[in-house]
Amino acid sequence: MKQSNVLDNKNIPQNGNNIKLRKSLFSLFTYFILLIVAVVMVMPFVWMLSGSLKDAATIFQDSMNLIPDNPRWDNYPKVWTSVPFAMFYWNTTKVAFLTTVGTVLTSALAAYAFAKLEFPGRDKIFFLYIATMMIPDQVTMIPQFVLMRDLGLINTHTALILVKLFHPFGVFLLRQFFLTIPNELSDSARIDGCSEFRIFWNIILPLSKAALGTLVIFSLLNSWNDFINPLIYLSDQSLFTLQVGIRYFQQLYGADYHLIMAATTLSLIPIIIVYLFAQKYFIEGISTTGLKG
Amino acid sequence: MKRFNKKYLVAFMFLLPSLIGLSIFVLYPILASLVMSFTNWDGLTPMKFNGIENYIQLWKDETFKISLINNFYYTGVSVPLTIIFSVLLAIMMNAKVKGIGVFRVLYFLPNVTAAIAVGVIWSSMFTKEGPINQVIALFIENPPHWLGSSLWAMPAIIIVSVWKGVGYFAIILLAGLQGIPHHLYEAATIDGANKWKQFIHVTVPVLSPVIFFCTIMAMISSFQVFDTIVAMTEGGPGRATNVLVYHIYNTAFLDFEFGYASAMSYILFIIILLVTIIQFRTQKRWVHY
Repeated sequence: MKQSNVLDNKNIPQNGNNIKLRKSLFSLFTYFILLIVAVVMVMPFVWMLSGSLKDAATIFQDSMNLIPDNPRWDNYPKVWTSVPFAMFYWNTTKVAFLTTVGTVLTSALAAYAFAKLEFPGRDKIFFLYIATMMIPDQVTMIPQFVLMRDLGLINTHTALILVKLFHPFGVFLLRQFFLTIPNELSDSARIDGCSEFRIFWNIILPLSKAALGTLVIFSLLNSWNDFINPLIYLSDQSLFTLQVGIRYFQQLYGADYHLIMAATTLSLIPIIIVYLFAQKYFIEGISTTGLKG
Repeated sequence: MKRFNKKYLVAFMFLLPSLIGLSIFVLYPILASLVMSFTNWDGLTPMKFNGIENYIQLWKDETFKISLINNFYYTGVSVPLTIIFSVLLAIMMNAKVKGIGVFRVLYFLPNVTAAIAVGVIWSSMFTKEGPINQVIALFIENPPHWLGSSLWAMPAIIIVSVWKGVGYFAIILLAGLQGIPHHLYEAATIDGANKWKQFIHVTVPVLSPVIFFCTIMAMISSFQVFDTIVAMTEGGPGRATNVLVYHIYNTAFLDFEFGYASAMSYILFIIILLVTIIQFRTQKRWVHY
């Protein structure tokens, strides 16, 4: 009776056979719905893959035929050489990696101060962090651009990293986690003459792997999938990230949907592979932070 | 006293990298944007204050009004749909059937992929002769010309955003469902409540804080929709899918009206703030803690 079969609202007399039948009918029904939803969720990606192996004439002609008769593998080398795709990969990886490392480091340090140390104005400053989280990115977008221009950082990856690096979410997330670590551990280390940094590095951080993992995933995804910032800051094709690269390709090859699908497939491969390998952490991270938020 | 000061100093050292960064790259821009919203700055010539001119102008700005209306349309349809579907999906996923892990992975997939990439995929599926219309044509005569039609472009965008968001919220809701103690259902069964009554009187009330949280999150992000619009319609046809952030982006980075665009960004902020406040005010009526 623990199943929440809301759609089944008949009150059938509780006899053993009936319940068994209802239960198996119900799980069949559940499977059916779950399967349909799964197909809807995956279909666009299947269509993308299938389209990427067709040509301009056949892509819409036999849409239903998801496995092309003569797969055109040479769409891929064509895409790969028509825009500097290898550069796009490298640029995106570099920006996402540096943003993530920077975010995790600065956030963890600040979160430690907020959670475990005392200093005047601590709660007021933390309130400032929370208040900042409420403000949409679009409010900061224009002055950030002016600032980067004045710093001579237009058309650089540094700008992309800097605009993402200091988002207060990471500090908030890690502080909440650090608070759950009992103070006795750090207190006894302090009595033994351990420096604050060593307590932070050798005691608190190793105990916070789950929260750090969540922040790593959050930050990686956020930076990897960022579109508006690269769009604003980058004009050199050689500096493009995958997301602006895809957009650029879409504009360049407007009607060649088979090539656009090949380019999109290439752009999605890394994130899908990482997701499939680390899906447990992705999903657990989202469900826990989602609830805490 | 000296000992205390050293303690504070250490704490500030921990805080410093983050606080400096936040001040320069977030706090300062927030204030600068507010100041800029009272100027007609183009980013180059000296800044001139023009009072609340920008905000008055916004009242008369046809495109801005259209983008607001479009955005409310988008939010008003996509958020309820996303929440309803994710609650249903979460309940289905909570059923203890085998292989549920695989389903979870698949449902969440649209959420990890870039909005720009999935926008590109969907825009090829929504073409006049595309796969979606080929399916629809099996049932009705003249399927809509989705992205080419000012009537159907927004529904297409909404379909994509529901598709992308549902898995994310379903997973958050699922975590909430799994936290509902079983004795509540047992008590309800003893009281003679059928499954539907259990859903209305146990599941929804206990889950309501999570539904509330999801609704706020979905609303906030719906006012910031941008990538999908760029990939699928560029605000068109005409101005049919021109939404707030898209309009802000164009005003700032194509027309270089920094002051005017900043005023718009503050309107966006106020809308988000109001929506959040209204939700918190009305939650007493339906959210149970």
